[in-house]
Amino acid sequence: MAMLDVKNIHKSYDDNEILRGVSFTMEKEETKVIIGPSGTGKSTLLRCINQLSPPDAGEVWLDGEEITNPATNINKIREKIGFVFQDFNLFTHLTALRNVSIGLEKVKGMEKETARKRAMDELCRVGLDAQTKQYPAQLSGGQKQRVGIARALAMDPDIILFDEPTSALDPELIGDVLDVMKSLCGKVAMLVVTHEMGFARNVADEIIFMEGGVIVESGPPKEMFTNAKTQRAKEFLGRIGALYGGG
Amino acid sequence: MTTDFAQFFIDSSPDLINGLGYTLLLTFISIAAGFFLGILLALGRVYGNKIINGLCVGYIEIIRGTPLLVQLFIIYFGLPAIGIIFTPIQAALIGLSINSGAYQAEYLRGAIQSVEAGQMTAARSLGMNKLQSIRHVVLPQALRIAIPSWSNEFIYLLQYSSIAYIIQVTELTAEGKFIAAHTFRYLEIFTMIAIIYLVLTIVSSEIIDRIAKRLSIPGVGAAKGIGQRNT
Amino acid sequence: MRGPLALDTLVESLPQLMDGLKYTLGLTAFGIILGTSLGVLLAVGRSYGTRILSIIIMIYEKVIRGIPLLVLFFLIYFGLPQIGINFDAFTAAILGLGLRSSAYQAQIYRGAINSIPEGQINAAYALGMSKFKAIRYIILPQVLRLSIPGWSNEFTILLKDTSLAFGIGVIELMRQARYIQVRDPDLVLIVFLFIALIYFILVFSANKTLRYVEKRYQMAGYQSEVHR
Ligand SMILES: Nc1ncnc2c1ncn2[C@@H]1O[C@H](COP(=O)(O)OP(=O)(O)OP(=O)(O)O)[C@@H](O)[C@H]1O
Ligand SMILES: [Mg+2]
Repeated sequence: MAMLDVKNIHKSYDDNEILRGVSFTMEKEETKVIIGPSGTGKSTLLRCINQLSPPDAGEVWLDGEEITNPATNINKIREKIGFVFQDFNLFTHLTALRNVSIGLEKVKGMEKETARKRAMDELCRVGLDAQTKQYPAQLSGGQKQRVGIARALAMDPDIILFDEPTSALDPELIGDVLDVMKSLCGKVAMLVVTHEMGFARNVADEIIFMEGGVIVESGPPKEMFTNAKTQRAKEFLGRIGALYGGG
Repeated sequence: MTTDFAQFFIDSSPDLINGLGYTLLLTFISIAAGFFLGILLALGRVYGNKIINGLCVGYIEIIRGTPLLVQLFIIYFGLPAIGIIFTPIQAALIGLSINSGAYQAEYLRGAIQSVEAGQMTAARSLGMNKLQSIRHVVLPQALRIAIPSWSNEFIYLLQYSSIAYIIQVTELTAEGKFIAAHTFRYLEIFTMIAIIYLVLTIVSSEIIDRIAKRLSIPGVGAAKGIGQRNT
Repeated sequence: MRGPLALDTLVESLPQLMDGLKYTLGLTAFGIILGTSLGVLLAVGRSYGTRILSIIIMIYEKVIRGIPLLVLFFLIYFGLPQIGINFDAFTAAILGLGLRSSAYQAQIYRGAINSIPEGQINAAYALGMSKFKAIRYIILPQVLRLSIPGWSNEFTILLKDTSLAFGIGVIELMRQARYIQVRDPDLVLIVFLFIALIYFILVFSANKTLRYVEKRYQMAGYQSEVHR
């Protein structure tokens, strides 16, 4: 049984059907990358998985539990699904350290001191030992995003969803964040929406190409990059490869 | 019951209309007088030398640091002790204008400073002198920016002119108190008065809003604080 | 005959003025407590409550803000007894001050709530926080910090507005000053000037203290949005 099972998700905003039946599965510690043109519903899909925007139809199963079932305690589930935002969404009023520890304290009910130590470890892991006392406004974009990742990691999630984690960053800061993500590969499942083709090619176990609210094609990076079956995937990968480099 | 209330309202209306007249008189005259005072003070603060700036700050801080009622008492009860005597309506007009001038000065200053820097340089580099730059470039923008605060100020005066009742001006609240003292129907009369003020408040802010929209220029934004009212 | 600036007799009336000051401060303290607690509730209710609740709150705010404080005092103190609800003048004044302030404070908090990006609450949810926890630990702490300047404003307004309790006979500073004036008409100017000075010192020190608090709790990189 797959760890994450997404079955036939549909989602509309007003009269616009954004997701028109999306299904895929993920195993423990697997890394998958979602690519596709803007407005295709990639962010919407991620938000449907952790129920920030509940889908209109379809099911999401995590560890054998149907989390789309209204009876499940969604807060408990979200503890197990980390989320890393495109624009970071660090808590403005808290230091880097407190950003990471607040979930441990208030959601997991950890002792303040234990939570602090754990947060410290996570920040070290993403290379921010020196910035623990800084507020979000005092961090660079790349540092902010690494705090965002540490915040998600600290909760010991089964899977982390990344929504274009590097697209709000200056080019020279992207590398640090990608390095951190690479280091997580194989330790926790990751579902990453990104345009970073180098990351997709070298790190992903599978690439999912989405367009118009459906998965057009998916497969291992090698196959997708060298001989995608669909014309659309070929075109898109060609274009995006030229833009973001093959790395 | 309702017809009784309606009858009561009709009976009271001549007095209420009389009071309303004074309320509006106080409001309009003091907002106009306060506006001229406010512009002078604001210009003094932004463009004046140290002494003028200091005087303006002193005036503004003292007025804003004390209640309107105290100011009215000083003017109406206090000044006669040194031979300066005003009628109630004069005292109220003077007090409200002096008071409003200080508040208007502050938001006009804010507005002037928000357009001042770049626009002034641009105007001067066209060869305008300082006065021309203020008159033709800075003020037209600043006044537009100040409109939302101006709407606040209007409502402030409309409502706080009721304080003039305490120094025996027969404005709306005073008329209400007077009628109530004779009929003992406090609840009805003050509900009526409250409704009149409420309607005036809503209508006048709506009107000023419309004016602001009419006068608005794309890009000359109204910088309004979060839910601020005048201090 | 003494001149208008008879300082020695002013000193004699000091105890009486201090009595009035106690009431002024009492009205301020109770009024702001009522106004703040109610204001926060109203803002949270309007932003996070059901549609009906938020409409009711909106109407409450509009109505209360549309009525002059003095009229509100009269309604509570003279009007309500007619339907059997009696308050002493002091309580009536606190109610009036608190209710009116709550309507203005609610606006401040609501503005602050609206200025907090949606990402903040999404990030809280993504960590597994409930709505209550997200509001309690993420939204409110930011809202309160952002609201300090607006709150300071309201505080000084309320402090000055306590003088209107004179109108329903609370023996606060203004009333005591009038007593002194009636007893000793020569003193009138100096007493009122002195009262003005007291208010000025109160407002001034409140502003200074609150400005300090504002600086102290300012979030890094967040300039407080309101500046006087
Ligand atoms: N809350 C919402 N209300 C209405 N429409 C929405 C909402 N969220 C997203 N949409 C619409 O859904 C569509 C898909 O949005 P989504 O953000 O999922 O796209 P995306 O694939 O992530 O694009 P991008 O690469 O630009 O981030 C867009 O047309 C967007 O306008
Ligand atoms: Mg997106």
